[in-house]
Amino acid sequence: MRHLINTYVTKIVAQGLAEKENITLLGLDAEFTANRPLSGIDHELFRVFDRMNINTLLYAEPAEPYRSILQYLARQENSTLVPTDCETRTFLHDIPRIPSLSSAAISTALAYRKAAIVGDRGIVSYGTVSPEQAFVSFSSVCFSTYVKFFTDVMFHLEDHAGGRTPQNTALLEAYHEIAEKIPSGRLGCEALPVSPPRNPAETYEQMVKTGNELVQQRLVDSYFGNISYVSGDTIYISQTGSSMDELVGCIDAVPLDGSSSSGITASSELSAHIGIYRKTGKRAIIHGHPKFTVIMSMSCRRQGCDVSTCYRSCREHRSVGGIPIVSGEIGTGPSGLVRTVPMAMSGSGAVIVFGHGIFSTGEDSFRPAFELLQTVEEACRREYFKKIRALI
Amino acid sequence: MYGYTSRSLRIDLSSGSTDIIDTPPALLTKFIGGRGAGVAMAGRKATGNFDDPAMPLIFASGPLVATEAPTSGRSSVISRSPLTGTILDCSVGGKFGTELKHAGFDIIEITGVASSLKMISIDDQNVTISDASFLAGKNVTEVRKAIGTDGADAVIGIAGEKQVRFSSIVFDGHYLAGRGGMGAVMGAKNLKAIRVKGTGSVSVFDTAALRASREEIMRLLRASQAIFGELGISAFGTAALVDLIHARRMEPTGNFRQTFYDFSSAYSGYALKNRFRAKKTGCRGCPILCKKIGEQGEVIPEYETVSHFGALNFNHDAASIVEANRLCNEYGLDTISTAATIACYAEIEGRRLSPDSILDIICDIGERRSGRGEMLSYGSRRYALASGRAGASMSVKGLELPAYDPRGAYGMALAYATSNRGGCHLRAYPISHEILRKPVATDRFSFEGKARIIKIAEDMNAVIDSLTACKFVFFAASLEEYAKAVSAVTGREYDTQSLLRTGERIYVLERYLNSLNGFSAADDDLPERFFAEEGSSSPHIIMKPLDRKAFLEARANYYKVRGYDKDGMPTVRLMKKLELEEYL
Repeated sequence: MRHLINTYVTKIVAQGLAEKENITLLGLDAEFTANRPLSGIDHELFRVFDRMNINTLLYAEPAEPYRSILQYLARQENSTLVPTDCETRTFLHDIPRIPSLSSAAISTALAYRKAAIVGDRGIVSYGTVSPEQAFVSFSSVCFSTYVKFFTDVMFHLEDHAGGRTPQNTALLEAYHEIAEKIPSGRLGCEALPVSPPRNPAETYEQMVKTGNELVQQRLVDSYFGNISYVSGDTIYISQTGSSMDELVGCIDAVPLDGSSSSGITASSELSAHIGIYRKTGKRAIIHGHPKFTVIMSMSCRRQGCDVSTCYRSCREHRSVGGIPIVSGEIGTGPSGLVRTVPMAMSGSGAVIVFGHGIFSTGEDSFRPAFELLQTVEEACRREYFKKIRALI
Repeated sequence: MYGYTSRSLRIDLSSGSTDIIDTPPALLTKFIGGRGAGVAMAGRKATGNFDDPAMPLIFASGPLVATEAPTSGRSSVISRSPLTGTILDCSVGGKFGTELKHAGFDIIEITGVASSLKMISIDDQNVTISDASFLAGKNVTEVRKAIGTDGADAVIGIAGEKQVRFSSIVFDGHYLAGRGGMGAVMGAKNLKAIRVKGTGSVSVFDTAALRASREEIMRLLRASQAIFGELGISAFGTAALVDLIHARRMEPTGNFRQTFYDFSSAYSGYALKNRFRAKKTGCRGCPILCKKIGEQGEVIPEYETVSHFGALNFNHDAASIVEANRLCNEYGLDTISTAATIACYAEIEGRRLSPDSILDIICDIGERRSGRGEMLSYGSRRYALASGRAGASMSVKGLELPAYDPRGAYGMALAYATSNRGGCHLRAYPISHEILRKPVATDRFSFEGKARIIKIAEDMNAVIDSLTACKFVFFAASLEEYAKAVSAVTGREYDTQSLLRTGERIYVLERYLNSLNGFSAADDDLPERFFAEEGSSSPHIIMKPLDRKAFLEARANYYKVRGYDKDGMPTVRLMKKLELEEYL
């Protein structure tokens, strides 16, 4: 398992989720493997394997701004965090907290959930199949706590009339400290060609480049997202659970007439991609989870709504920077985003899904789709900070 | 106990007695239900011959059956396999488990041999054993027509009556306790049919919590391309896998001599759905509805069946494949073993069989006609051995291999070899991650890390079969969500790890019972062909023979991970750790 262990440690570092020296990733097949000498690893982590039927355990102290966010959240009263974004909540449900790195506490928490927050500085997660599961859960906790923190700040200031009132002091201190640690957004994607692909080989090549750029610019949660391109009677789409920065060999070619089900491994958003293409004729589609787009998609406080159902049945006509925001669950169910996104796509070139992310399109190449996604994220970021400044 | 009826039925066909007993609480707390409870109940009794009057034939439901939990309409059948000699369980769909619990029973244990052909009728708490001689020599449809289809039924066809070693029990017309010869066990007891109908209900500890967990599971199912996607198994049935396995160049072809069949699109999920204008149906309480029925009532075969009556036999005549499936359902034959035994026969005979020949041979086997039918009715291993061509039987422990070539999925190779019931894809189901990328993708051409992956998956599937739920759900959901559901139903606190520990207990007990039946590491092996011959490679996908040294290392790792001794058997220490001392 050594190369898998090293692969995922490298990914955690490359994603800016944690520094290498703060990561312990332990794998067990017949023998233990780790990213550091076994003798230097806390014995409590080994003991977790005596209590749990797992093959990977990840403990890491996240990098900034996630570390400060965890510290702030740890000072809150609740013992369990409930993610506010819909995708993370679908898969994590909630995130337990444990006081310290004890094998008993870890195994108790992880018997119920995929990851847990340890004290005020660490995250622990596991896998039963691959270190990838531990990585994804770790990354999802980072993502969801980030989104939760900034969303909570916004709602708190709205509910408490903003301003520098005494009860807001701690919140505002944390907010300012954390906001300063957020890297600025980036515009431009010179690596992507302007011209459309001319053949399947170029389609694959451009999809691989686009996926790489999405991860490098941190416009996806973990490395999840999906992209597609329609050429002739075929849609080329990234596979489910594929790493957007490793799309070589992970793109399915799916006939649009449904005559082959080899695309059963395609992204769970295949139907939405096909729907968008059929509705708009746009051939290049990118779906990502830029953080401020997700945060602003949930900024509605309309009175009288059952907020627990906004993600699947919001009827408000909302938008950010002219981009419509719609509700919709992942996939094809009765309240699935396949039923809302394509309809809302006409005219805008992009659609934001409540608490989830954004679909953006390009006429016949990925570059405009990518630039639009970047622009929307930047607009959402500006809008967010403008709003907070006004509330303060 | 919430989630259970707390009553079970013990029937002795030799004496004709029927006893209603309390379901032993320890059986349920230690083994949950379904497969686990059945295996534990069978215990050392599963070391006799399959036709010994003392051999139990057990039908067991689980705590989720007849509740709102998704895909919980299943049940398990447990005995000893006439084909392989291993302990045997089959998870079966339909509505039998639901009706059984509505009738007020968790489990039926049947022993003894009736003096003449009998059937059992269960109407709530009224249990009768009646003469079934009028059903002798009849196949499934005729039997069901005669006994009525109100409620649920479990029936054997002619193959079961004649104790074909891979005959099945057919539930509600087309759900099979398919593998390993459960039909022959029933036939050996002179039992033709069981009908069950109930009007009761099952008490649930916390209905609101069950609904909440159901909603979590449904959200995950809706998010799954493999389940509810437009190309998924809800749309096409498991035949949706034809195109994918073909594209991965791992569809067993010509008795596993090749791994790529040019004509598989003739029987793909898409082709069958359109040709037969198939509609959805499925087990009671299932939102997925993976079973497909054609406009004229044709049962659309599962992936394993279409592929094995297709590529494995060089046959791309879709109509004959559907007919082959119908014949197997009628006679009560396991489609995988039937098709693989016929492919073995074709190889040994040096022939390519026409579609009509394949159908003729199914009838020969089903009727156990003297000559070819009799010879093949014992399965491919005995037939190949008798023909002096043992290597032509593509089986593990005598159970014919399903339609995933192990040269294209190394976890599958290890799982086939270590499976407690022989060449079965469902014990560990590594296709989930090696091919379908769930819960995450693994390298299908590597043994790295696979020993522990297979061990954990075997434990997980043992517990899924004990709940009893459907494995397809676990392409999307996990034990995390099901632990909440079973806790809500029973009022007992379960979590992922406690369920996995129960799964381990079940799996190790099965292994121990196999050891009593003479199995050892020598049986945890694959046919030589996979180590010696290359599959059908392309410039991009190389289907190398398996590296025997790497395979044996992975197997040794697996034994170590499991806590088995070097011969692959559970140690006394392991048995005690898992609270299985009473079986020693």
